[in-house]
Amino acid sequence: MRNDSLQRPVTLSHERAVLVTEFYQQRQGLDLGVSVQRALCLEHILSHKSIYIGEGELIVGERGPVPKAVPTYPEICLHSLEDLEILDSRDKVAYGVAPETREVYRERIIPFWKGRTIRDRIFAAMGDEWKAAFGAGVFTEFQEQRSPGHTAGGDLIYRKGFGDLRADIAQRMGRLDYTQDSTAMDQQEVLESLDIAARALIHFAHRHAEALEKLAETESDPARREELVTLARVCRRVPEHRPETFQEALQYYWFLHVGVITELNPWDAYNPGRLDQNLYPFYKKDLEEGRITEDSAREMLSCFWIKFHNHPAPPKVGVTAKESNTYVDFCTINLGGLTPDNRDGVNDLTYILLDVIEEMRLLQPSSMIQVSKKNPDRFINRTLKILATGFGQPSMFNADAITQEMILHGKSMADARLAGASGCVEAGVFGKEAYLLTGYFNLPKILELTLNNGVDPRTGKQLGLATGDPLSFKSFDELLDAFRRQVEYFVDIKITGSNIIEQINARYMPVPLLSLVTEDCIEKARDYNQGGARYNTAYIQGVGVGTLTDCLAALRQTVYEERTIPMADLLQALASDFTVNDLIRPKLLKAPKYGNDDDGADDLLTEVFEIYHNAVTGRPNTRGGVFRINLLPTTCHVYFGEVIGALPDGRRAGVPLSEGISPVQGADCCGPTAVLKSAGKIDHLRTGGTLLNQKFLPEFLGTDGGRKAVVHLVRGYFKMDGHHIQFNVVSEATLRDAQKHPEKYRDLIVRVAGYSDYFNNLTDALQEEVIQRTAHCNL
Amino acid sequence: MKPVFRIQRYSVHDGPGIRTTLFFQGCPLRCAWCHNPESQARGPRLDSDAVASESRALMVEIQKDILFYDESDGGVTISGGEALGQPELLMALLTACREQEIHTCLDTSGFGPASVLRGAARLADLVLYDLKLMDDAAHRKYTGVPLAPVLDHLKALSADPETDVWLRFPLIPGITDGPENIQALLTFAREETRFRRIHILPFHNTAQGKYDQLDKTYDLDQLAPPEDAAVEAVRHQFETAGFSAHIGG
Repeated sequence: MRNDSLQRPVTLSHERAVLVTEFYQQRQGLDLGVSVQRALCLEHILSHKSIYIGEGELIVGERGPVPKAVPTYPEICLHSLEDLEILDSRDKVAYGVAPETREVYRERIIPFWKGRTIRDRIFAAMGDEWKAAFGAGVFTEFQEQRSPGHTAGGDLIYRKGFGDLRADIAQRMGRLDYTQDSTAMDQQEVLESLDIAARALIHFAHRHAEALEKLAETESDPARREELVTLARVCRRVPEHRPETFQEALQYYWFLHVGVITELNPWDAYNPGRLDQNLYPFYKKDLEEGRITEDSAREMLSCFWIKFHNHPAPPKVGVTAKESNTYVDFCTINLGGLTPDNRDGVNDLTYILLDVIEEMRLLQPSSMIQVSKKNPDRFINRTLKILATGFGQPSMFNADAITQEMILHGKSMADARLAGASGCVEAGVFGKEAYLLTGYFNLPKILELTLNNGVDPRTGKQLGLATGDPLSFKSFDELLDAFRRQVEYFVDIKITGSNIIEQINARYMPVPLLSLVTEDCIEKARDYNQGGARYNTAYIQGVGVGTLTDCLAALRQTVYEERTIPMADLLQALASDFTVNDLIRPKLLKAPKYGNDDDGADDLLTEVFEIYHNAVTGRPNTRGGVFRINLLPTTCHVYFGEVIGALPDGRRAGVPLSEGISPVQGADCCGPTAVLKSAGKIDHLRTGGTLLNQKFLPEFLGTDGGRKAVVHLVRGYFKMDGHHIQFNVVSEATLRDAQKHPEKYRDLIVRVAGYSDYFNNLTDALQEEVIQRTAHCNL
Repeated sequence: MKPVFRIQRYSVHDGPGIRTTLFFQGCPLRCAWCHNPESQARGPRLDSDAVASESRALMVEIQKDILFYDESDGGVTISGGEALGQPELLMALLTACREQEIHTCLDTSGFGPASVLRGAARLADLVLYDLKLMDDAAHRKYTGVPLAPVLDHLKALSADPETDVWLRFPLIPGITDGPENIQALLTFAREETRFRRIHILPFHNTAQGKYDQLDKTYDLDQLAPPEDAAVEAVRHQFETAGFSAHIGG
């Protein structure tokens, strides 16, 4: 099964696009509220999409007609025929597009949806300033191709079946008060939509049960027949009823997962949150009652893993052949951490899941461990053993810091303890929070604009404020102040856009199924996209803080303190990409660099953090929550680097920016403790996640002593409230060899930035970037 | 020339836990396998003011990783070169660390003034002490100095109840790995000292580049590191003789 999932090619399926189009064509002109319309659309898809049951499967349900057949979402964004051509033919991260699919797109999908997608609405609604900044690479926009998401399942589904939730909906419906509440009609419509979504997924499960029963009739192998009969019974029970067994719990989650990612294409798909804790009661009970053994539980979990792997990310539109994107859809599994009553959350199942992660060695789901001071060292050590094999997972999170982050964000203590990380490193309360990422924010680009009085040197256009000719700045503080004003200016533009986009999604793209399982949507009678969740946060992810810090440190030292480079000479050198004056770049490279535990640079990181944090944090979004900051790049530090010329840290034009809160590639030279100390100076608790990658050579984790030292390193970093750390354990020689002989390294997985990917799937620039990150080896 | 030629943070092979290792300039020995040949030239002579200011500056670096020392029961290792060659700075640092409750290791060849060693060993929390060759002629040939002071000083440390020592034995194929040498070393350590922990440091051939840079000749450039099995056999031999024996620092 694992091999099938690995070898099966990724294809693009038009099944969903056809069903959605068919639905809207039939419904056109009907007087339905949009929530109900979306729920009925989901029901239409789930009632008509093909059912797939694979050989030997113990968990069933596929989003496409077959594994790795990825649907499209034309109501969100529409692939052009050219997009389909590129997706089919590009070298990396290709999606096979059959001639029939192109035909269907040409004849039915494109004519219906052209100009009517959410993406079209978004771009039509954005102002000129937003478009100019977006086009120049000052920021990106998450919702232009995917619907809002970034949410993880909580423990609700292990307590309640959809039948119970429908009873809750009916009860809530009974409390609607048209005499007092002017929004009662809207509420009623939302509640109806949630009820339809519940009905739709139950029906989808029953369709699987029927197919399984039919297969069982003709199955000649008695063992498999028994499995099919059991599985059919499970599909009759969940999601309608509360799960009773380990298998029911897994199958329930999986139906929900397929439902959520069929309803729309939310960012980060969906994920089961704290799998070890959620499943543990079922595991324990089944074990005690003799329904499963440790081995059969492993087998079921392996099947569960393959299910995630069968679901690559939906392909982007407007792609270029060069842009590789990724199949990773950021589904994540959280292990360990704290229990809701604040105890050590590591249990027997945690270690079994770590075994499964190591054995399956699959890109998806991504695995994360939550490390609390209450968790044992052996939990970290077990994880390091997996990392030592060169697998870029699991990544490590600071459970105690996340709890504090959540409390600082105004969440209740009880809810804060249900938090974890999803996506790359984003923290949120599982099952109760919609924490939407809105886009990356190119901080070094804003410094470049500041040094050009608001003009983008690439185009000569006035993009930012005219904050003054840098030659006129009398002090470093004046420069920093101009930078701050530019940051505030672009944050305003970004937030304006995001708030419009939130409302577009609230009005036109509700998500009844995701709302059904996100607490308090039923009680508030509001959709997830309308602020129905208990907590509604929006994030803007800052990129390139390491690069920016080094730039400011070099400017401060060379131009203002030691005065070894006149500003005019520096600007000229930058404009020429360091071709006019050979003496300037070496001086810039000698200035203090972030990542060396040197306050000469690190103090400026703190300043930059405050400027960015103060510009964003606490600004209201339209869902009753506020904007906050994250410091993570995914792969955006490469794109953002491409749109910036030479910078005062000595970086040449076009080179990738620093990644996450990691130092500039190769700028750190005092070893890992110095990097962690530098990174520890960031006030992580006031963010919703930071990302730190460290590369170690494999020798380092190969011995008990070596791993022990790394355990201490992790504990030390987490004592400083560091949010996340990830170790890439692969030798430079291996990576160089993989560049030369990709065919030998098909399964080589490396950490990119908060997620792992096959090395072969990375663009040349990203491969180089991964290699450049300093390796720490101290033998 | 600086009195300390290198500061290595996150050292995990020079004593317990995560450590910052200071490499002192200057060494009276000329070990054939030396992998810090840049340390051999004599260090600078510092007056007391210079010692004080140097020590202050080094303490700033040392303090940076206190969090990690605390987390891992680590600390500072003073290595070299041979730190006994700069007694004023050595004592100043050990005293300052003691005042700040930072754990210290003195990594020494044992070759230096007996009084300096005794004082430093008392001030340090732990001494890492090399035993290399147990035959005086071989010792002179491969390290350039006589054996007797090394053994006498170790016996003296063993007699001082306030001193704790981990022995270190560089396993150099063809030089220190002969059965007689190992047996003699084991017998001496067991019968003449109370120290029962030994670290076997297998030869690794990574120093060639440094020799080239220094324009020095490196006689062991063709020597291969010992086989894992051979190292393990030596470790086992020590274990059987009642030592807690470890591979690596």
